[in-house]
Amino acid sequence: MSRAPNETWKLGAAALAARVRDGRVSVTDAVESGWVGPASMWEHDVNAVAHHDAEVRREAAAGASGQGPLAGVPVLVKDNLCTVEYPTTCASRILAGYRAPYDATVIRRLREAGAVIVGKGNMDEFAMGSSNEYSAYGPTRNPFDLSRVPGGSSGGPAAAVAYGLVPVALGSDTGGSVRQPASFCGVYGLKPTYGRLSRYGLVAFGSSLDQVGIFARHARDVAVTYAVLAGEDGYDATTRLGPAPDVSTFAAGVKGLRFGWPANLWAQGVDAAIVAALERSAIALERAGAVRVVLDFLPGTYGVAAYYLVATAEASSNLARFDGVRYGFRHEEAADVRAMYTRTRSEGFGPEVQRRILLGTYALSSGYYDAYYLKAQRARTRIRREFQSAFAQCDFMLLPAAPSLAFKVGEKTDDPLAMYLSDVFTIGANLAGIPGLTVPAGRTSENLPVGVQMLGPEDSEPNLLRAARALEVGGDVALLSTDEDPEFVWPTKR
Amino acid sequence: MAYEAVIGLECHIQLKTRTKMFCGCEVEFGRPANWNTCPVCLGLPGALPRTNITAIAYALRLGLALGCDIRHESVFARKNYFYPDMPKNYQVTQYDLPLCEHGTLPVVVEGESRTFELMRIHCEEDAGKSFHPERVGDRRISRLEFNRAGTPLLELVTEPVLRTPAECAAFLTQLRKLVRALGISDGDMEKGQLRCDANVSLRPVGQSALGVKTEIKNLNSIKGVEKGVTAEIDRQRRELESGARIVQATLLYDADHDKLAIMRTKESAHDYRYFPEPDLPVLRVTDADLDAARAALPELPWVREARFVSQYGLPPYDAAVLGDSRELADYYEACARGGDAKLASNWIMTEVLRVRNDRGWPLEKWAEQVPAPRMRAFLDKVAAKELPGPVAKQVFAWMADEAGSVDELLALHGIQVQGSAEDLRPLVLQVLDENPGPVAQYLAGKTITIGYLTGAVMKKSGGQAVPQVVQQLLAEELARRG
Amino acid sequence: MSISREEVQRVAELARLEIAADAVDRVAAQLSGILDFVATLDALDLGDCEPTAFAPAAAPLRADVPDESRRLGPERATAAAPAAEEGYFLVPPIVENVNP
Ligand SMILES: [Mg+2]
Ligand SMILES: [Zn+2]
Repeated sequence: MSRAPNETWKLGAAALAARVRDGRVSVTDAVESGWVGPASMWEHDVNAVAHHDAEVRREAAAGASGQGPLAGVPVLVKDNLCTVEYPTTCASRILAGYRAPYDATVIRRLREAGAVIVGKGNMDEFAMGSSNEYSAYGPTRNPFDLSRVPGGSSGGPAAAVAYGLVPVALGSDTGGSVRQPASFCGVYGLKPTYGRLSRYGLVAFGSSLDQVGIFARHARDVAVTYAVLAGEDGYDATTRLGPAPDVSTFAAGVKGLRFGWPANLWAQGVDAAIVAALERSAIALERAGAVRVVLDFLPGTYGVAAYYLVATAEASSNLARFDGVRYGFRHEEAADVRAMYTRTRSEGFGPEVQRRILLGTYALSSGYYDAYYLKAQRARTRIRREFQSAFAQCDFMLLPAAPSLAFKVGEKTDDPLAMYLSDVFTIGANLAGIPGLTVPAGRTSENLPVGVQMLGPEDSEPNLLRAARALEVGGDVALLSTDEDPEFVWPTKR
Repeated sequence: MAYEAVIGLECHIQLKTRTKMFCGCEVEFGRPANWNTCPVCLGLPGALPRTNITAIAYALRLGLALGCDIRHESVFARKNYFYPDMPKNYQVTQYDLPLCEHGTLPVVVEGESRTFELMRIHCEEDAGKSFHPERVGDRRISRLEFNRAGTPLLELVTEPVLRTPAECAAFLTQLRKLVRALGISDGDMEKGQLRCDANVSLRPVGQSALGVKTEIKNLNSIKGVEKGVTAEIDRQRRELESGARIVQATLLYDADHDKLAIMRTKESAHDYRYFPEPDLPVLRVTDADLDAARAALPELPWVREARFVSQYGLPPYDAAVLGDSRELADYYEACARGGDAKLASNWIMTEVLRVRNDRGWPLEKWAEQVPAPRMRAFLDKVAAKELPGPVAKQVFAWMADEAGSVDELLALHGIQVQGSAEDLRPLVLQVLDENPGPVAQYLAGKTITIGYLTGAVMKKSGGQAVPQVVQQLLAEELARRG
Repeated sequence: MSISREEVQRVAELARLEIAADAVDRVAAQLSGILDFVATLDALDLGDCEPTAFAPAAAPLRADVPDESRRLGPERATAAAPAAEEGYFLVPPIVENVNP
């Protein structure tokens, strides 16, 4: 049963790679499929791509092996992952035009697995944002409703997978930056266990929180990509040692798995459509043989406080290197180097980035370290323990990815604190170093995607993917078909 | 009022590892600008550090040698400040949980043994280099390069226990000797492999509270430390005596002009915003690591020098000269053990070191040309009085350039040594007969004339007789005539 | 917790950022708001909570062996520099000539 070549773009990554490996589809056709077919019509409106280059793409396709688990699979990567072929700018003016002289470890692993990098995804500047509105390249729009945001900060990669440009994309998740846009855009989004994916070549935001994450339209594709990327890296001393957990069991079903249902967690402030989707997902898991365990789990907003202290403190230090000396933008008229620093940074960083650098600098400055950064790091231990005691009762828990559906462009930009608080369900995983996976869970009557999130203990990716797959085939997620090559479902352009 | 100075030293020791502290770039000198750079030591976005195992092994070696408490779990921290030769605008160093704490360095100052307490030793990375416009008319631009950036450093901080510039100089000399003996650094201050900042304050004699301190930077030779500290003590004393207050400040010492310049006062002090480096795990040191470091410890220089005195009967001065480097001390011992140790010391301290200085040979070069067994064979002949002084010096000079045993060299150059008593006895008798006056004087009790007679015999032998042998023969024959 | 204008200026200077005179009050208010929120941490009992660290418990150190594969050399090192010459990075004059 062959497909017409112009349908290639609809295929998932695993299905596409299988066709490339056995020669039914050429690498070039596979890679170009998103750029020539109907999907290409979307980019103009969505603005998911920060950098691409048709010639580089075709050359890379021509040079690709056509072998490997991701043979010929086009991948868009967030603009904070270093690539030799494309600029790496973190959507910031301060890195305008910057080309890294090296590839991130995850980029190298993608290539070794046969994938072709097709460009860099739009993002919130330096991954600081939850709406993709803080980008030097202008906001990315949600393909399901162009008046709405795709979420952030990995909004570009999420939207590109959603509208069909690529079957897989990489983002980064410091406080929910993969899982929240995945839920806004109706795709899968995995934040792995801290230390499972190398951060070498990921431009740092909050080093102890950052993880590279995976977007895809199918649970299988998340599993395949995770298997390709996960594992120890000699260039990242924070990667976990030993083999990564085996996710090839993703289709093994959920019979006997216990899932936590933190009933009081979203009692307030969560959109009704999300609560309903959670209930439907829980029922679907139960139908598939999983057992619901009601949890008394309420981490509270202190997690958000701890998160913003740790993330901004680390960011203030990580972003000190952007000074106009060795790369990127420089203010040219300064009389001495100190003035050059100040002008360069004030003109190069956007307001949200500057706000966070100031907050982080303040939190670390003399007299405040104990009261802020240290206390926040201690609060993380407490959050970790709360998760541990929850996971003593269940294999993973089900919860919202965000309190709301995709919101309107401009709705929250004036109130940074409100924007920060919308991360309340995702930051726990970053603070505790545990994996989290957003799973699409249907649409609202207005055709807006609804996602749900699953969190598990360290290295529980296999269970999270089993649950994701169970919901994919048996959930109340009618939009996704269950066959081996599930059909892509077109977002409705409004 | 009488004042005393209180001085603390902060020494930076560049380790001679093959690669940098946190990346695989080579540590080399003399390469073109930015030759040994990579994403890590250039601070490129996305790069991450990974700690060099040898740098830690060297740190443990120094810590153990100085009797420090070694922390089993120490923590790297970021020291945040903007400076163009710091690629990341933070330095990865250690802060509240350093690898080594306490410990002491034993030092001899002006003949007196002292022990100076240390505060800590920690690991960190070096900065790159910046070059500033120097003369009026130079282009208004600074140049930067990062070959040195990321080179492993140990920072050793003393307690404020030094009192005089001489103590500072002795401390640094001993520290340099130690790091060389441990094989962890070349310790060359001119090359910046050993750098020193000094914290200086004055207080009235008898007062225990410390005065306001200043920090002198740029002390890049032991002489410079001595002179810089002296200048600052004098400056502070003048200030205090004129009734002024000392202001906390950073000063630069200009060795060329013997001048101090105040660079910065406390008002613009830095706020380093230290926090644990999140990109690096806690640095764990196991008992096995400590055992390995202990096994790599050589005999410490001061222990060895004491042994040279007790075992070989050397004067402390000789022991200190020969103990200056591990290579020299090893060479000495190989030449001295079982032989005439003082003779070996004399020859090595004077002749070998002279060749080393005159020719600019490192000791290894000398030891390659004259390995210890060869030197030992030579010394044995000298000790057996088989080589008269001038001949011995001549043979020694040939050894530096030519191969062959002592006998081969003598044969090659056509020299016959008239060394034995029986060869010399006729000459002695002849001289006695020819010099009745001095003989008579000698026999009358003016024994000093034996020197003159010895000279006469030496002259007759063409300088090839052994003076001690001649003197002995003369004494015998004169006794017979007395 | 409210941050004064002076404190905002001090922090901005530490971070090498410049805040326009007419924006200082707004920034101070925003930071104060965030710090008020962050103060929720003060209510927590963290008595037995050590600070979290995620890096692996037994991370092997790097062998002291050169890694030629990552070496950049002068040309590639300075390729992205706003100003470079003969392998050196060029910057406006460094006036503070003490490296702390
Ligand atoms: Mg230091
Ligand atoms: Zn390097």
